[in-house]
Amino acid sequence: MMDFIWLADSSTAIAQAELSARELCGMILAGVGLLFFLGAAVGLYRFPDFYTRMHAAGKGDTLSSLLILAGFALITLEGFSATDWLLVVKVLAIVLFIMLTSPTSTHALMRAGFEDGVEPVTKKPKKRGGSKKK
Amino acid sequence: MTTETFTLAVGVGLFVLMLPALYRVAVGPTSFDRLVAVNVIGTKTAVMLVVIGTLFDRLDMFVDFALAYALLNFMGSLAVARYLNRMRPMPERKPRRRAPRKKEAKA
Repeated sequence: MMDFIWLADSSTAIAQAELSARELCGMILAGVGLLFFLGAAVGLYRFPDFYTRMHAAGKGDTLSSLLILAGFALITLEGFSATDWLLVVKVLAIVLFIMLTSPTSTHALMRAGFEDGVEPVTKKPKKRGGSKKK
Repeated sequence: MTTETFTLAVGVGLFVLMLPALYRVAVGPTSFDRLVAVNVIGTKTAVMLVVIGTLFDRLDMFVDFALAYALLNFMGSLAVARYLNRMRPMPERKPRRRAPRKKEAKA
């Protein structure tokens, strides 16, 4: 027990002086998650079709949520007391929940759109790129 | 760069990257586009609650909000997806029960 208290004190002392390795890992995870969310946002903004937008949103959104939450779970884990571990377990529960539910809702929305008759974009060489208007 | 600055930067970045999704909510051609974008914004709001909790140093309070928000977002998304799925009449099923009954009647 005394060892844990000593570890907590030393880690907070290091965190005040400079970034510890744990915080650096958390920052890297959250930064990579933001990068993936940038991909999802750009895909959601620019893709031509419902299905392609769904592709970008589903994958990028899920992975970026997981990465950002894992990064902040690492950043939050300052000491090794029971309350800190409870926080980390709760954040990891959110991670697990998003990992289960986000593909499920993506699948449900995709199926609803498909059965409702949303048409996918197809290649039309006459209309695209030609100067003639039809 | 301290942890607080980084947390604030991640929060602002999440908000700025939500704006294209908000654009897709506003001008999406079909209602499913809007629904996908609303789902993305809801998931990111749950993440953003964790970021805000880290920033205010009250993560023990905000993490429960984030968990509840993720649950409600999933439920709402599934409910609206099922509702829009039923707007079109379901395709007719082939009757499977009648064939054995006819056999029984003939026999």
